[in-house]
Amino acid sequence: MSIEVKAIDKTFGTFKALDQVSLKVATGELVALLGPSGSGKTTLLRIIAGLETADCGEIFFHGDDARGKMTKDRNVGFVFQHYALFRHMTVFENIAFGLRVKPKALRPSEKQIKEKVHELLKLVQLEWVASRFPSQLSGGQRQRIALARALAIEPKILLLDEPFGSLDAQVRKELRQWLRRFHDHLHITTLFVTHDQEEALEVADKIVVMNKGKIEQVGSPEDVYHNPASVFVLNFLGNVNIFHARSSAEHKSGEKPAKMYVRPHQLIVSRSPLSENSVKVVLTFVNLAGSIVKIDAQSQKGEIFQVEMSQEEYRALKLTKSDEVFLTPKNIAFSEYEI
Amino acid sequence: MFKHKSTLPGFRISLGYTIFYLGLIVLIPLSMLFIKTSSMGLKEIWMVVSHPRTLAAYRLSFTASFIAGLVNVVFGFLIAWVLSRYSFPGKKLIDAMVDFPFALPTAVTGIALTSLYSQNGWVGQYLYQFGIQSAYNPLGITIALIFIGLPFVVRTVEPVLQELDPELEDAAASLGADRWQIFIKIFFPNLIPALITGFTLAFARAIGEYGSVIFIAGNIPGKTEIAPLLIMTKLEQFDYTGATAIAVVMLLISFALLALTNFLQWVSSKRIGMG
Amino acid sequence: MSTRTEPAWIRRALIGIALSFLALFILLPLTVVFMNALNKGIAIYLKSLSDPAALAAIRLTLLTALIAVPFNLIFGVAASWAIAKFDFRLKNLLITLIDLPLSVSPVISGLIFVLLFGAQGALGPWLRAHGIKVIFALPAIILTTIFVTFPMVARELIPVMKAFGNEEEEAAMTLGANGFQTFWRVTLPNIKWGLLYGVILCNARAMGEFGAVSVVSGHIRGQTNTLPLHIEILYNEYNFTAAFAAASLLAMLALVTLILKSIIEFKYRAELAAAGKFVIKMENHV
Repeated sequence: MSIEVKAIDKTFGTFKALDQVSLKVATGELVALLGPSGSGKTTLLRIIAGLETADCGEIFFHGDDARGKMTKDRNVGFVFQHYALFRHMTVFENIAFGLRVKPKALRPSEKQIKEKVHELLKLVQLEWVASRFPSQLSGGQRQRIALARALAIEPKILLLDEPFGSLDAQVRKELRQWLRRFHDHLHITTLFVTHDQEEALEVADKIVVMNKGKIEQVGSPEDVYHNPASVFVLNFLGNVNIFHARSSAEHKSGEKPAKMYVRPHQLIVSRSPLSENSVKVVLTFVNLAGSIVKIDAQSQKGEIFQVEMSQEEYRALKLTKSDEVFLTPKNIAFSEYEI
Repeated sequence: MFKHKSTLPGFRISLGYTIFYLGLIVLIPLSMLFIKTSSMGLKEIWMVVSHPRTLAAYRLSFTASFIAGLVNVVFGFLIAWVLSRYSFPGKKLIDAMVDFPFALPTAVTGIALTSLYSQNGWVGQYLYQFGIQSAYNPLGITIALIFIGLPFVVRTVEPVLQELDPELEDAAASLGADRWQIFIKIFFPNLIPALITGFTLAFARAIGEYGSVIFIAGNIPGKTEIAPLLIMTKLEQFDYTGATAIAVVMLLISFALLALTNFLQWVSSKRIGMG
Repeated sequence: MSTRTEPAWIRRALIGIALSFLALFILLPLTVVFMNALNKGIAIYLKSLSDPAALAAIRLTLLTALIAVPFNLIFGVAASWAIAKFDFRLKNLLITLIDLPLSVSPVISGLIFVLLFGAQGALGPWLRAHGIKVIFALPAIILTTIFVTFPMVARELIPVMKAFGNEEEEAAMTLGANGFQTFWRVTLPNIKWGLLYGVILCNARAMGEFGAVSVVSGHIRGQTNTLPLHIEILYNEYNFTAAFAAASLLAMLALVTLILKSIIEFKYRAELAAAGKFVIKMENHV
């Protein structure tokens, strides 16, 4: 089912959580809402679920106006950040809840409920925990049970609020890939909220970058990473170096001071200047641990630069700390005039 | 006027019922006190309130409550200290026992304390031998008020003591402070707000207390007659005006005292950055 | 020995003083009730409890609590739902007003109902004209009892409900549950210990209230005497054994209340610990 929100506003007291937000999500897409805390991404998710009411704006599910519908009638699967599993119910009862509260005429029989719950437990690969209580599960297990519970009502839309936020690094990575495979298998329209750009880049079909209640950019992971629409998006999706220049080849409207933003791996390191844009720096720190080499460098003006290169390149250049070298931007990610 | 953020159901009906029931059971009856007062002249109120018998009753109620509150601050603190910092057999049981004055109906407290502290009582017989008359006088009243106020102090101080960061103590000790200095400079300043709250709660309860006091008080007008009893006496004589005047002044004085102690507590907790 | 404690002799002395104080002020009064009740033998004890006036007082006390507690229970659930689950203006004022009856002297609590329903009261003439008896009768006893125990369920439930947050209820709604199903299947199981706690404390106070009820009851033996009032009458008639026999029933009620309270605190803490939640301090003030 597709989702469309139009011109949503939401204010909490004096805090503007969402400011004229509009977004379209196509059927079957896996979309990440990415942004720092307070950017309004969770609020948007909750408004879509009906857990929060927008001050103004419209929401459509598959073209139908959803504003008049209560949460319970929206048939939206929601996975909460802290899972919100019912602590006094077993895992089985948690998953069965959505089926048991259906109106009598639509309620499945006890046998059907049992089958459905076991089918879902199988899907999340946790068949053996049916009779346990949520407090007896690990974080990753709770996460998967919360997902199974949300899927029990066969939602057409799945919303996940920071789904991996409270898990440790290892489990996070595993579940991330699992969610991707899982979505490829079920194809439910899915929106998830995250503040982790790596997570969004790795999992989503489409990324919505949010900041201060507004959408900064919508696009594929490659798109937002390589063609950022704003400095905010550029900064949020990875480290970036700033070059100050008098003139800019791209902007022909005369000589104005400009800023050029360059990703650490888009810098060429050389012993002699390659162009007029080359900057002379001293290497202050070299980190060899990892698949790539991370280098910190400082110019005579005191600007700090971060450079990344492969181990091979590093060895070929025979660099060591305190070397004087030149940095030349290979590819400018974004540029703007200084104000 | 009202605004709600949550989309959970039942806000209007639950708040509506809450306000309706509050109005019906609490606000309308309580407002009678002020409606009745406004129908009386100031002179009339002053006549009742400035009567020597009334003044004596106020003085007795406030003095006895104040002294009982102070005693409870000392012993309540000691009990809270012992319960939260030391371990000894039967501690859990003793901890539960502290709530006993809350749970025991006041009439039972009244006759039990009277029986204990009167001349022939288990405790009274010894006290009277030393010339300490522990019943039917202000001392008896104070004893009853100590009993009912004790848990207030213990239960407000205990959680603060338990939550005090043990690292504070270690830090002070590592800087060379001895036990006494740690107590005076570390514990005490942190506990002042809780002690003031505990005192206020005990004091406020004691001023209005009736059941546990009247049996041990003696109830001699002008000598051992507490303010609530005077209200009761006026009511029995169908002197509603007199009863209301005494009640309103009593309420106003205790509200003023509560406000004052709240202010003191605010000041002291602000100083240690807990407000 | 760690630095975090005093020398043994100081510790022992402090424990000694604290325990003696508690013995003098709490243990002895409790003991004296039962000793005085039984000092003329079990037969007299039972006889004084089966006296018609005593039985009538017990009946009235139970009836009063049976009506007052459910009223305040329903109110407590409604008030805590509104206060803990929603944000609205003047919320703190509402909480203060709800707590008000606890800071009013019992005698004044009785007085306000006399002013409302008494012969010279606001509604007195109207009630008399219609032949309705409120003051010095059962309705006033029940109303006054409801007043003095008014906040006791609500103030236990509000912090408990707050601590659980709204997430589980929201989850239930996304799963299609309606308001009633959400409350019954999700909220109620979570707050059950807090609820029970409030009911037990409310009940203890409802059965034991003396001052307020004394003002409005009229002390008609066998008709408007609750158990605490019955004790007073017997005591003032120098019928000490019977007075203490009746008192022993209320003392037992207090003991049972404390035991149940401890059990609930224990269960509740265990449950929260299992759920990985911090321990919520229950309100203690009766």
